[in-house]
Amino acid sequence: MTAKKIIEDCEDLYNDLDFTSVKTWKEKTGGKAIGYLPVYVPREIIHAAGMLPVGIMGGGPNLEIIKGDAYFQSYICHIPRSTIELGLLNKLDCMEGFLFPAICDVIRNLSGMWQILFPEKYVRYLDLPQNFDKEIGGEFYRHEMEQLLHDLEELSGNKVTPEKLNRSIGLYNKNRQVIDKLYAMRVAQPHLVLTSDLYLLLRAGNVMDVEDHTRLLEGYMAEVVKEDRKKFDNIRVIVSGAFCEQPPLALIKGLEASGCYIVEDDWVLGARFLQKDVPITADPLEALSDAYLNDSVSTSSKYEDEKEKGKYLVDQVKMLNAGGVIFCAPSFCDPALLERPMLTAALEREKIPHTSFKYAENTGQFSMFREQTGTFADSIKLWGEA
Amino acid sequence: MKKITPAPVAQKDIEKEESMILQKKMIGDHFKRLCTAKEAGKKVVYTFVPGNINELIWALDMLPVHPEINALQSAMRKKSGDYVMEAEKHGHSEDVCTYVKCDIGMLKKGNIGPTGEKLPEPDLLLLSYTGCFTFMKWFELLKQEYKCPVVMLQVPYQANGKIEPKMTDYVVRQLKEKVIPALEQVAGKKLDMNRLSALLESSARAEEDLVAVWDSAKNRPSPIDAYFGGVYYVGPIFSAFRGLPECEEYYKLLRAEVEYRVRHKLGPVTPEGVMKEEKYRIVVEGPPNWTSFREFWKMFYDEGAVVVGASYTKVGGYYDRGFRHDPEKPLESLANYCLGCYTNHNLSSRIDILEKHIKDYDADGFVINSIKSCNSFSAGQLMMMRELEERTGKPGGFIESDLVDPRYFSAANIKNRLESYFQMIEAKRQAAA
Ligand code: SF4
Ligand code: SF4
Repeated sequence: MTAKKIIEDCEDLYNDLDFTSVKTWKEKTGGKAIGYLPVYVPREIIHAAGMLPVGIMGGGPNLEIIKGDAYFQSYICHIPRSTIELGLLNKLDCMEGFLFPAICDVIRNLSGMWQILFPEKYVRYLDLPQNFDKEIGGEFYRHEMEQLLHDLEELSGNKVTPEKLNRSIGLYNKNRQVIDKLYAMRVAQPHLVLTSDLYLLLRAGNVMDVEDHTRLLEGYMAEVVKEDRKKFDNIRVIVSGAFCEQPPLALIKGLEASGCYIVEDDWVLGARFLQKDVPITADPLEALSDAYLNDSVSTSSKYEDEKEKGKYLVDQVKMLNAGGVIFCAPSFCDPALLERPMLTAALEREKIPHTSFKYAENTGQFSMFREQTGTFADSIKLWGEA
Repeated sequence: MKKITPAPVAQKDIEKEESMILQKKMIGDHFKRLCTAKEAGKKVVYTFVPGNINELIWALDMLPVHPEINALQSAMRKKSGDYVMEAEKHGHSEDVCTYVKCDIGMLKKGNIGPTGEKLPEPDLLLLSYTGCFTFMKWFELLKQEYKCPVVMLQVPYQANGKIEPKMTDYVVRQLKEKVIPALEQVAGKKLDMNRLSALLESSARAEEDLVAVWDSAKNRPSPIDAYFGGVYYVGPIFSAFRGLPECEEYYKLLRAEVEYRVRHKLGPVTPEGVMKEEKYRIVVEGPPNWTSFREFWKMFYDEGAVVVGASYTKVGGYYDRGFRHDPEKPLESLANYCLGCYTNHNLSSRIDILEKHIKDYDADGFVINSIKSCNSFSAGQLMMMRELEERTGKPGGFIESDLVDPRYFSAANIKNRLESYFQMIEAKRQAAA
């Protein structure tokens, strides 16, 4: 299959608000599916219970909101209303359970709404530790995971042995390794591995089995090198702030078309949340917990005591030889927007150019963004600063 | 404790009750203490209101500052609009919580407190992370400004509607191994557990009196307004004073005044005197607007509406189900206090609490004041309204405003909505009669 065809298939998955691939997987395996909201859940546990973890990232640009607006005021971001819309349209019926990880008050409260609206479903708010000591936050997180594991065993009827969990950990390690390779490939050849391709590939991982996804990524990498893609004189940028509600695909394409090669981003961040392999040990829950505590990404929803705010971003800019940073955050997103001044301050200390804008997942007007990022790209090209 | 003689009934005295005068003095004294803290060698700890652990701070002879209180006082003094704009000038989005922006703006403009004097810089930021994610961002932002140590106290969310032992354990562990050592280090002394227990004992006594005050709203007429008056009533216990003798004294005095009003069948005291007629008994969900607080209140009392129960006055700590600080189990009870505050409850529990308020206080309906700033309160309120209407058969009203950003208080709009809402109650009554 050509790279182009692979991406077309991924785009079909992206546009499919009926989650057909999930239904197909269920028919084929007889297993159950568990939806989860951004950013991170330990998918390994769901997988080890013989279930399919399904990343739900709102309704995107194509879903018309009819009922969802009656659930959320205008000054709340868009993703919860489109998620409710999907739920009320029965589009999420193919999932037996839902996980709402601790990321912000909106997702947290959405978990409570889900408990009330869909009482027949398994609903769990997954509290993640903000204390990163193994003995304190680690122990709390372990309890959370044990409870999750126990619940999923009941729901699936499958016992999760350490062997099974380790097998799942191995598969997700492999998946993360391949994603890392793909990201590295984009850093080296951003004209070849387009961000829109990479984005769709990652989104496909939300709705398919992890082994199939790994194969899909490998297939794409093998094929894309055969493509003859034109190299433009674009600037290299990092995009930050889009870890939860996603920008519409057209916006991502627009960023590239406006003269930017995106060399790092934080969308679909859950797929890359753990930055090292989770070791295979006799106590896999401990390994997952340690990985979260010690080797997970820096992002707004995590409290970092010791680390200097924004240092990771500055380091990324330097390491990836980026010309600047584009803050691209959902409107009304407290975590992303309150983080922004701290990140911009860190960039300014290092004289790194940046620009910022807000979007909603269903934003339809892109000319303004394109103009803004185009000007940003031009000024960096001309003067090395924005 | 000295015996409290209730205030005489003269109209003049009721308008400025003794408890109110005492509270004003307490706040004034505290700000004086804060302004001279550095000279007096006192250490200052900034921490948040919900589920705060003041007793620990006092037990180590340090002084607490609650930035939300600064923000709301700035709003009442009509300064918050400028502060919010100042923060926006410094790169803050118009979309985010205005409490944070008000605080940042105040800091950028010299950190002048309500007494006109500069507030002391913190020696420690105690990030008590209870019921709201924005708190984390808030102190991360302050950390950039002050370069003082920060200690995090994460309080798990009651996602299943109850406090589970693992949650209490987690908070206690953090208190023991993180928070207390950090406080001790800044204070330069060891925590005396006996002193802490004595403070907690005092807290429990004040809490007992506060609960009696809330209960008084079961009377007809209600002697209190549990929202507009209620925000004053929770002032000492939620802010700097819980655990101190003056806090106990305040609640004794307040309780005596309220009991006096019950005996004399007097309504609540409003800025324009004692409310004459109680026409509507309302439960309110959500924080108030502070920039036009008086005007907002007037929209209720002019219509004869008295708030008999409110969720906002449970945001610091929730005592209705019997929680009291326990000197016998100091750390566990501090942990459970943190865990119990209103916004740390899941939506079902929040609906239960409001439903119980509507029933216990025999309310005619409920109003949700949805705050643009506050995702913690606001996300889910539209559904809460539908659920509550269904469960209680009582009408719900929905209005929107903001805490401290005057740009989001549309007086005419809110007034219209409230008037139609009260008319709806009236129409329902007549239909039932
Ligand atoms: S977009 Fe931001 S505010 Fe909205 S749910 Fe996601 S993290 Fe929360
Ligand atoms: S979001 Fe709400 S609870 Fe959180 S700091 Fe702002 S006003 Fe307070």
